[in-house]
Amino acid sequence: MKLAKALFAAAAAVGLSTAASAGTLDDVRGKGFVQCGVSQGLPGFSNPDTAGNWTGLDVDVCRGVAAALFGDASKVKYTPLSAKERFTALQSGEVDVLSRNTTWTLVRDTSLGLDFVGVNYYDGQGFMVRSDLGVKSAKELGGATVCVNIGTTTELNMADYFRANGMDYKPVVFEKADEVVAAYDAGRCDVYTTDASGLAAQRIKLKDPNAHVILPEIISKEPLGPVVRHGDNKWGDVVRWTLYAMVEAEELGVNSGNVDDMKSSANPNVKRLLGIEGEMGKNLDLPNEWAYNVIKQVGNYGESFDRNVGPNTALKLERGLNALWKDGGLQYSMPVR
Amino acid sequence: MAVQAQEGLAPAKPVFWNDPRFRALIYQVLVLGGVIAFGAYLVNNTIANMEARGISSGFGFLTKTAGFDIGQTLIEYNAESPYWRAMVVSIINTLMVSAFGILLATVLGFLLGVARLSHNWLISRLAAVYIEVVRNLPLLLQIFFWYFAVLRSVPGPRQSLNAWDAFFLNNRGLYMPRPLFESGFSLVVIGFLVAIVGSFVLARWAKKRQMTTGEQFPVFKATLGLVFGLPLLAFLVTGLPLSWEYAELKGFNFAGGMRIQPEFVAMLIALSMYTAAFIGEIVRAGILAVSHGQTEASYALGLRPGLTLRLVVIPQALRVIVPPLTSQYLNLTKNSSLGAAIAYPEIVLVFAGTVLMQTGQAVEIIGLTMAFYLTVSLLISLFMNWYNKKIALVER
Amino acid sequence: MADTTQDYTPGSHPDLPPPSSEVGVIGWLRHNLFATPLDWALTILAVYLIYVLVVPALDWMLFSADWAGETRDDCSREGACWVFARVWSKVFIYGRYPVEELWRVNLTFIIQFVGLAALMIPGVPYKKWTGIFLLIPYPIIAFFLLYGGAFGLEPVETSLWGGLMVTLVIAEVGIVASLPIGIVLALGRRSKMPIIRAICVAFIELWRGVPLITVLFMASVMFPLFMPEGVNFDKLLRALIGVAMFSAAYMAEVVRGGLQAIPKGQYEAAQALGLSYPKVMTFIVLPQALKLVIPGIVNTFIGLFKDTTLVLIIGLFDLLGVVQLAATNPDWLGFAVEGYVVAAVGFWIFCFAMSRYSMYMERKLETGHKR
Repeated sequence: MKLAKALFAAAAAVGLSTAASAGTLDDVRGKGFVQCGVSQGLPGFSNPDTAGNWTGLDVDVCRGVAAALFGDASKVKYTPLSAKERFTALQSGEVDVLSRNTTWTLVRDTSLGLDFVGVNYYDGQGFMVRSDLGVKSAKELGGATVCVNIGTTTELNMADYFRANGMDYKPVVFEKADEVVAAYDAGRCDVYTTDASGLAAQRIKLKDPNAHVILPEIISKEPLGPVVRHGDNKWGDVVRWTLYAMVEAEELGVNSGNVDDMKSSANPNVKRLLGIEGEMGKNLDLPNEWAYNVIKQVGNYGESFDRNVGPNTALKLERGLNALWKDGGLQYSMPVR
Repeated sequence: MAVQAQEGLAPAKPVFWNDPRFRALIYQVLVLGGVIAFGAYLVNNTIANMEARGISSGFGFLTKTAGFDIGQTLIEYNAESPYWRAMVVSIINTLMVSAFGILLATVLGFLLGVARLSHNWLISRLAAVYIEVVRNLPLLLQIFFWYFAVLRSVPGPRQSLNAWDAFFLNNRGLYMPRPLFESGFSLVVIGFLVAIVGSFVLARWAKKRQMTTGEQFPVFKATLGLVFGLPLLAFLVTGLPLSWEYAELKGFNFAGGMRIQPEFVAMLIALSMYTAAFIGEIVRAGILAVSHGQTEASYALGLRPGLTLRLVVIPQALRVIVPPLTSQYLNLTKNSSLGAAIAYPEIVLVFAGTVLMQTGQAVEIIGLTMAFYLTVSLLISLFMNWYNKKIALVER
Repeated sequence: MADTTQDYTPGSHPDLPPPSSEVGVIGWLRHNLFATPLDWALTILAVYLIYVLVVPALDWMLFSADWAGETRDDCSREGACWVFARVWSKVFIYGRYPVEELWRVNLTFIIQFVGLAALMIPGVPYKKWTGIFLLIPYPIIAFFLLYGGAFGLEPVETSLWGGLMVTLVIAEVGIVASLPIGIVLALGRRSKMPIIRAICVAFIELWRGVPLITVLFMASVMFPLFMPEGVNFDKLLRALIGVAMFSAAYMAEVVRGGLQAIPKGQYEAAQALGLSYPKVMTFIVLPQALKLVIPGIVNTFIGLFKDTTLVLIIGLFDLLGVVQLAATNPDWLGFAVEGYVVAAVGFWIFCFAMSRYSMYMERKLETGHKR
């Protein structure tokens, strides 16, 4: 019995992290860091280097939130999650925010007890095949064996697409993204399907990246964005506006290099964003220089994009849909005022 | 009188808290109360959490459209089928790999058990090494080995290993000709069924005859002739109503024919090899449990070695073998859930995986999955108990 | 001829040596390998099997293998490349545990191995105290050493734990927790109180009827739903609870077998002496019952040890999990077999050692009551 008690005490010490029901914002402030749910390794979006430091577009959202809250972008702890575990982990409070290339859909937004707060990457599902198969279009994929990750929207889109085009196929469904890639690389499947950005990211991992082509068809809309728990509005606001602040900063031409000079800008929009004028931070229950910290430490959306997935990275992704709205893209910040 | 005297001597009634019956009652009430309270606490939390998170509940989701495909379907299924059908498909996949696994494991296990007792030193050593190695390694490791290490090294479809242009092995699976049954084949099936029923009748008649007259009838040969001869006759009479569809390389993959996917093969090999190691030990113990005197007595009665084995040793060994064998069959069935780790579409992967992800109804889905395994466990133990009773020692 | 007359009186001739075909290597071969035509066939088959399977495997593993080097370019690929295992060895043992803190893991396991050795080797004194130390203070020490967060030790999140270390932690916690719970359940199942018996039977049969995977899924997916709002268990801890409950149910059945084998007279004699139920159990029945089922208990431990691999399905990285991780690492694709061999050797040593120790204990505790 003593043993049981001792064990329980020890167990209680490790495991029971009591998240106060007061709300994630106070809770995060109390513990001093943001617990961020990320992927198990997707280059460009959330990927650990050998020393265990995480980088990527999705990681920058979490770093931005930490910068806004604490003025220190490094106050983030990362929890790698598989596609299957991610929602449970968020629901149960294991993570404070899920920033893990997750598609915003009606069902997920409503029936899982979650709220999507925005879109940090507009994507669509694509297909990758070996170039020596000579396939030029997804319409030629009839009879193919397709590798896919469990618990993703891609599993459903693929079924819809093949059915709509009257094609037959065999799905092979794996639990972990790495296993899907390894199976495809080993030739278990003809086709690997996931979000187009994911294909670009995973292609780097293949034995011979140049022996594979991504087909031109994009068969779905995959708006990827950070997720918080439903009903946690104050916390949701913080994540949402951190995201917007990064987009707004790019729109206003503020970046990590010039943000200190921009403090003296005459533009009222810039002044509001950087906390020189108005009390935007107070409305969010944040320090007034919240956005300044985000931009200074993480950069604006464009910087984050170029650094992680842009044309000069291994992923070589164009801005495309993710250009600012003035450049014909979809990234559009709600006015910070 | 005596009664009265006894009453006078009766011990004083103990204080009620020292009464064992009262204590038992109190303990039980306390434990039951504790269990109910704990259960209520969990249920309460679950309901509160589900409400707070807006997670829907109930089994209504089962009739909604699934919207995804499954790699191995033995019954009609496509993305437009409802979730319950996806569940049935995955249950059939589970049962299929378990059934074939049990069959193969039993055969291999009996061979191992006999080999372990062989007088041939090399054979018994080999069997012992096999058993010690295989049963001391995690099953999941063995599954991974067969799937990722062995079957991955098989060539792709265009470089398939080819046998007589009928069997093809590549990393998409093993392709075999598919039998196409034409009209009239039903007669062959009927012939087969008739032959089986006929052999039972024959066996009963032969036994009765032997009991009354002492004369034996070659039941085995007659049965063999019946079971093979009758269908063959029907087959010839109806004009060979069977043709084969061969697999052909079309586009990416082979089309047509029968395909066994690599995930199934890996599961089958790993499950049966692992379980066979345990069955081998059980069989050895069972045979050793029959004392040598039984064999000697049987020889003394003039029975030949074959008959001794069949009529004396095996029936007694089975009594020892069957109970632990049951639990091995149960284990194999439960272990088939490891298919989830290598993309074999069984119930844990499809139902507790994809469907759970899509609907988010963890409680219902995990509940149904557990209920399925409990049912299978129950059925296997019921069957084995019945069998055990049938072969049990009838004592006079 | 006088020379050939026998020199011995009848019956006093010394024994002749047995025929050479019956003794020595040849006799052994004849008896054990080539007794009958069937034996001939079997022996040839066995030799062929060894030639086809074992020889190439040994060649691959030892003779053609690459041992030296730092990167995958050092692998000639003619045989196994143990460079892979060397490069990843730290990960295989400790997972992503911070390098500067590794001494804590080492210390934890050194204490344990010394303690266990003292407990298992006959002749080392103070067994009782070693046992008590291992059961009560040691888990607490181990917890603080591994997890940290006190006494100036940096906390190390369980998400950084991995490899052999996680395998051992799960197996040991499972073993330590499942035995007492199993005993309680077994006693409950044998109890004369119907409600308690029913609860124990239901509990045992429920866990035994479902695969460990579903239990782990439940622990990882549903556990958070069972807890009140905001209370959250660590992922490793959830898995530990699942594993412990699961193996406790199996343990209960093993212990029950032992309890049933104790003759009724033992209970009655103990009761006649006026012992209370707890005393009857702790002093008379359980010591005898547990001794009887040592092989069963150890078998359950071995099963539990092998089952720890299943935690990789819920995203924890035990020894097999990190091997799989290394094998799917883009820089090291194609070394899966080497990885599996490493994991296999690791698991096999522990399981085999346990089974041998149980045989040894069985012989040692044999007190001659066998009927």
